[in-house]
Amino acid sequence: MIFDVQKLRVDFPILNQQVHGKPLVYFDNAATTQKPNDVIGSISDYYNTYNSNIHRGVHFLSQKATNAYESVRDTVRKFINAEHRHEIIFTRGTTESINLIATSFGKKFLKPGDEVLISWMEHHSNIVPWQMACEERGALLKVIPVSDKGDIETDSYLKLLNEKTKIVAITHVSNALGTIVPVKEMIATAHSRNIPVLVDGAQAISHQQVDVRDLDADFYCFSGHKMYAPMGIGILYGKEKWLEEMPPYQGGGEMIQDVSFVRTTYNELPFKFEAGTPNVGDAIGLEKAINYILSIGMKEIAKHEHELLTYATEELKRINGIRIIGNSDNKAAVISFIHETIHPYDIGTILDQLGIAIRTGNHCAQPLMDRYGIQGTMRASFALYNTKTEIDILYNSLLRTIKMFS
Amino acid sequence: MSIRDLEEQIVGEFMVFDDWMDKYNHIIEMGKDLPKIEDKFKIDNNLIPGCQSRVWLHAGFEEGKVFFYADSDAVITKGIINLLIRVLSGQTPDEILDSKLEFIDRIGLKEHLSPTRSNGLTSMIKQMKLYALVIKTKNGEN
Repeated sequence: MIFDVQKLRVDFPILNQQVHGKPLVYFDNAATTQKPNDVIGSISDYYNTYNSNIHRGVHFLSQKATNAYESVRDTVRKFINAEHRHEIIFTRGTTESINLIATSFGKKFLKPGDEVLISWMEHHSNIVPWQMACEERGALLKVIPVSDKGDIETDSYLKLLNEKTKIVAITHVSNALGTIVPVKEMIATAHSRNIPVLVDGAQAISHQQVDVRDLDADFYCFSGHKMYAPMGIGILYGKEKWLEEMPPYQGGGEMIQDVSFVRTTYNELPFKFEAGTPNVGDAIGLEKAINYILSIGMKEIAKHEHELLTYATEELKRINGIRIIGNSDNKAAVISFIHETIHPYDIGTILDQLGIAIRTGNHCAQPLMDRYGIQGTMRASFALYNTKTEIDILYNSLLRTIKMFS
Repeated sequence: MSIRDLEEQIVGEFMVFDDWMDKYNHIIEMGKDLPKIEDKFKIDNNLIPGCQSRVWLHAGFEEGKVFFYADSDAVITKGIINLLIRVLSGQTPDEILDSKLEFIDRIGLKEHLSPTRSNGLTSMIKQMKLYALVIKTKNGEN
């Protein structure tokens, strides 16, 4: 299929609107992506025609909803090339996926004095759950430093890995810098010492082909809403052997085999980790989003986004006073920048008046901002429906904005 | 001048602007004109955290009136601070506590005061009123 961005934009009704009297330029895709008609339609179709509680009902609607929900599991398995369908656990999002592992893995495997290794460029979602687990288990949180350019310091990583390290939790793509982390190599290194690795894939999943078996990741977490699917649905992939060994995360319906007041036996995978009524409607939306991405082609999407990144980087570098934070040679379509004298909040406020949605602030990565000695940045992040014209609008709007403050 | 009158004055000032550009240019100018706060007051203890821009606030009390001194690292925030100080500084604790500050909404800057904006302004107003309350209570005791 030929990649025609104008044609694709028609699939996203939200893009066709004016904000403060200006055409909307949506560059906050790292926060959440917009949803195509297919996804929106599938959710109303579910609630209009076959909404029902799943797995236990003998009636027609329940069967239909169950089949639909379980087929999503197969679609996700195939999408990330997992070995088994029961290695795919539905969650509310990346944050819940990481909390699940930090809690259940922590309970089973973390002892006082053990270490958990994360990096300096993690999102708070891949810091705080581990801090909580460490506090609970008396373990220590260790942090791999990041270079000025925005890369993981590999030498330090090697030095920090030791016999006390029980798990490495690392992002695949930095939400604040855009750095693509060499997770495959890092996993191989950890595995050579029998240490499992969790990958936070929130920023990677819709921008590059993810093959969990090729990466050999022990856990891979992502959210639907950053890949054109609804909010409130996410995935935890876990290798069978780890998921089998870990205790359940939450108790309730679905995750049990037998309940008495003396003892409860837990259900088998994946249901052991899916307590309560699941989010069927949004899971169905996730399947539509995956099919939508596949119909365009992940390689095509990645190529388009890379062109946007390259173009935006060149354009921003032409503006006096703008400095790009995060200059790794290997970047996803995220560009973080600051102005030497004007505060991100000021620029973001004026850009909003000009119809441009970017993110300003610390991007839920305060330690990383401290690392660069800054309060926050402005961040433009691109998706398959963004265009070079929109980058031109950003460029011209930035010039106009900077002029207002000087 | 009373808080009410000062609010009306500001609303009148903003009426002359045709578009948002003029309005924001004016706020930026006011941000630049905000009287400098003494360095000794720009300390962590006086910091009102907002994750986007930081605001420092200090208050003094003279002859029954509260005086505010503030700063921020974002100019638009400073501009709005300047407006707030113009309205509230030099008023009595009671007047400050009773103020509704509706002018912010009327001049179309309401979004900057939304609690989710996290620019420190919402907490700043709370803190200004808290200062007024503390001063009032202290003074009542004397």
